[in-house]
Amino acid sequence: MGSNYLPNTESDQREMLEKIGVESFRELLERSMPASLIKEDSLDLPPPLSEMEVSSLLTGLSRKNLNLGEVTSFLGGGVYDHFIPAVIDQLLLRSEFYTAYTPYQAEVSQGTLQSIYEFQSLVCELTGMEVANASMYDGATAAAEAALLACSETGKKQVLVGGNVHPDYLQVMRTYFSGLEVELSEITFKEGLLDFADFEGKISDKIAAVIIQSPNFFGLLEDISLFEPEVHGSGALLVQIFDPISLGILKTPGEYNVDIAVAEGQPLGLPLSYGGPYLGLMATKSSLVRKLPGRLAGATVDDRERRGFVLTLQTREQHIRREKATSNICTNQALCALAAAIYLSLMGKEGIREVAELCLEKSRYAQEEICKLDGFRLKFSSPYFKEFVIETRLKAEVIVESLGRQGILPGVDLGRYFSGMENCLMIAVTEKRTKEEIDRLVEALSRV
Amino acid sequence: MTEKLIFELSSPGRKGYSLPQLDCPPKGVEKILPKEFLRENRAELPEVSENDCVRHFTRLSVLNHHIDKGFYPLGSCTMKYNPKLNEQLARLPGFAELHPLQSEEQVQGALELMYHLGEYLSEIAGMDKVTLQPAAGAHGELTALLMIRTYHKKNGNPRSKVVIPDSAHGTNPASVSLAGYRTVQIRSNEQGLIDLWELEKNMDEEVAAFMLTNPNTLGLFETNILKVAEIVHSVGAKFYMDGANLNALLGYASPGEMGFDIVHFNFHKTFSTPHGGGGPGGGALGVKEEMVPFLPVPTVEKREDRGEFHLDYERPDSIGKVHSFYGHFGVMVRAFAYIRSLGGEGLREVAKNAIINANYLKEPLKEFYDLPYDATCMHEFVLSGNRQKSLGVRTLDIAKRLLDYGFHAPTIYFPLIVPEALMIEPTESESKEILDAFIEAMKKIAEETKTNPEIVKSAPQQTPVGRLDEAKAAKELNVRWSKQRF
Repeated sequence: MGSNYLPNTESDQREMLEKIGVESFRELLERSMPASLIKEDSLDLPPPLSEMEVSSLLTGLSRKNLNLGEVTSFLGGGVYDHFIPAVIDQLLLRSEFYTAYTPYQAEVSQGTLQSIYEFQSLVCELTGMEVANASMYDGATAAAEAALLACSETGKKQVLVGGNVHPDYLQVMRTYFSGLEVELSEITFKEGLLDFADFEGKISDKIAAVIIQSPNFFGLLEDISLFEPEVHGSGALLVQIFDPISLGILKTPGEYNVDIAVAEGQPLGLPLSYGGPYLGLMATKSSLVRKLPGRLAGATVDDRERRGFVLTLQTREQHIRREKATSNICTNQALCALAAAIYLSLMGKEGIREVAELCLEKSRYAQEEICKLDGFRLKFSSPYFKEFVIETRLKAEVIVESLGRQGILPGVDLGRYFSGMENCLMIAVTEKRTKEEIDRLVEALSRV
Repeated sequence: MTEKLIFELSSPGRKGYSLPQLDCPPKGVEKILPKEFLRENRAELPEVSENDCVRHFTRLSVLNHHIDKGFYPLGSCTMKYNPKLNEQLARLPGFAELHPLQSEEQVQGALELMYHLGEYLSEIAGMDKVTLQPAAGAHGELTALLMIRTYHKKNGNPRSKVVIPDSAHGTNPASVSLAGYRTVQIRSNEQGLIDLWELEKNMDEEVAAFMLTNPNTLGLFETNILKVAEIVHSVGAKFYMDGANLNALLGYASPGEMGFDIVHFNFHKTFSTPHGGGGPGGGALGVKEEMVPFLPVPTVEKREDRGEFHLDYERPDSIGKVHSFYGHFGVMVRAFAYIRSLGGEGLREVAKNAIINANYLKEPLKEFYDLPYDATCMHEFVLSGNRQKSLGVRTLDIAKRLLDYGFHAPTIYFPLIVPEALMIEPTESESKEILDAFIEAMKKIAEETKTNPEIVKSAPQQTPVGRLDEAKAAKELNVRWSKQRF
């Protein structure tokens, strides 16, 4: 059977087998594998399809989904419908980038290596942190690895995590900690914000890390400066989970004296793609650089004293250090990190601020308009960035279903995550939502 | 040929974006948020025009070697052709523009694709159920080990050790540590295979699992695999297959029939999804019935009566989640398209061509380089540069010289059990002519080590930069641009 992906014809194969010194492929296979394990029948899979057929099959499947281009979406909950400049995908489609391997041979991988170095630099500039790695799988795994880094640095095995951290991040952390028996306790929250008294009761010199998300899962800004002195006073590391877009205007993890800053990088130019691939951002103080998980690109010179880039501090990594590595991560999210690097380069100093301001202004407008409606109130009164929680007399589930039929995805039903919040709808407004769309949402809500 | 940093191209006032004006009544940031929440200084991001930015990244891109340009015989990494159709399909709005928290009714096509991909993978590996959640192979290893821990814990003792062979990938022991286990490494025998006596000696009721790559990292099929499985199971341990080399078995052998309880799949290596210069990957796991309850949540299920698909979170014995959502959906679309393009018979051809190509390369090359484990290989084989080393030329030099000939180098210095290792994997997507050209280059380099070793030792000369000083990079650590430094 011929395939466009397999160049060698039957006659090529015969010639090659002859040079190898066997009569048939079967003979070759039996020289390396016990004959009893060789399967006679082909796999029970659907028959091969031509390019046109595969294309039409998958197009058909894709049409069974309701894509965001067909509706108006206010869904957030950790990943967001932000604007993606056309430049990004055009560059990602360069096969020089997407068909390359991890840059093990630096002399023929300068494109990848320099772009990782630039990505690391851009993340540092955005966060006000000193160093950043080449990316993690996603926000949740970055948060889990940040906690493990803190455990390794402090030699302690308890972490204190905000109860208003993204519930899925909490779950991933619990899974990651189960083997190493790292103990996770939650700081309770009141009115959506971390309860400082509860934190004070739980912080001690046994704590390796305090993990705070700001903007938190509900979109509210936590005053990290309130916690910082006691976290550091107790000898723990301070970890912040941030929203990269928010740092266009918000105080940075660096300014808060955070030790490890992590985030979901999806808002930086990546499509939502039903949950991935995205990328985790991780930036730290420079004192932690030798404990960072994952790849790191560094500048050096070649044998003619010209600037070049290599993967550096590889003795932290699994392929060198094996069971003593700082993490087991190998392949990360290089192409997604490239997308983020291009996004931050295009947006630049002014653009990132503008995007953040648009999100802030538009979400505020939406919230105020919604709260003018009878039966809708703002659940939490403290400042938020682009996402807020509305409490209604109806179940959020009912609103989601009803507006869904009108082509509006009004937000996340919080009953899905917290019992007692069945009447709470979490609404995210990005720079992509127009006033007209927001007004339509308000109007639709008024008629539920 | 070097390219400035994007920061060095920055000029105040230039812009690479265009955003709409605020269309609702403006309030002003300072009015909305208290001052203490605002950053003091702007982020020092570059200011470049759109064209500046495009040219910069385009110029960077051409500094890369990549599979669309030429041969990439990195052993164990499986640099095969990445079908262009799959790139197009993953970008269809009905896949790329789906929010992971949309209701199940709105994403039936995505769930259907995931469900069927799981079924195909189960069939390929002889497993009973699959999770698509792990983000990469190493992530799959960790997920599996945490499942194994939960399984043993449920039976009264989580156990304390995981056994691996000395030829294992570095991710294996690293994952073992992250799962809270201790690694016990066993020596391979003279044929480069599992030493049954060594294995037996190290198996006891504290061993949670034995992790094995098959074919192993020497490219050799573990001929005693059934016996190995029996030994592993005799102490109640689980048998884990590192699926990095599953591409060699497609349709010809089933990990399930070999006795494995869990297998990870690398979507890149086996199902042609692009590597992206270091990700995103996809590290699905297939498991036997007994391990199904421990799979991460959610699983994708089908309601047979209604033909509908849904996500199942009600799994009390699950280890929990290992990813924010359901894994790398965009990568799954590509793997699905690849499997449907080739079908069962085509996947078998993939393995067949990969194995023929590897043996075709190995035979003539063993005349010029040492082949420490001289046996018929599967999809890859490992040479040693020992003969050349005695002439003062190291494997690293040979690798760099290959770059001058326009080829990417093989994987070098791995597996650790071969001194001066050169691990070569041609993959099924290379033609006989390309392989002949590679043989020719390897022959020439072997010649050069005798006649002109300096040219090998000073290689590469034809690449965008010459040999880079890695020691300096680590010693004078510079991992970011900053305004102060430059």
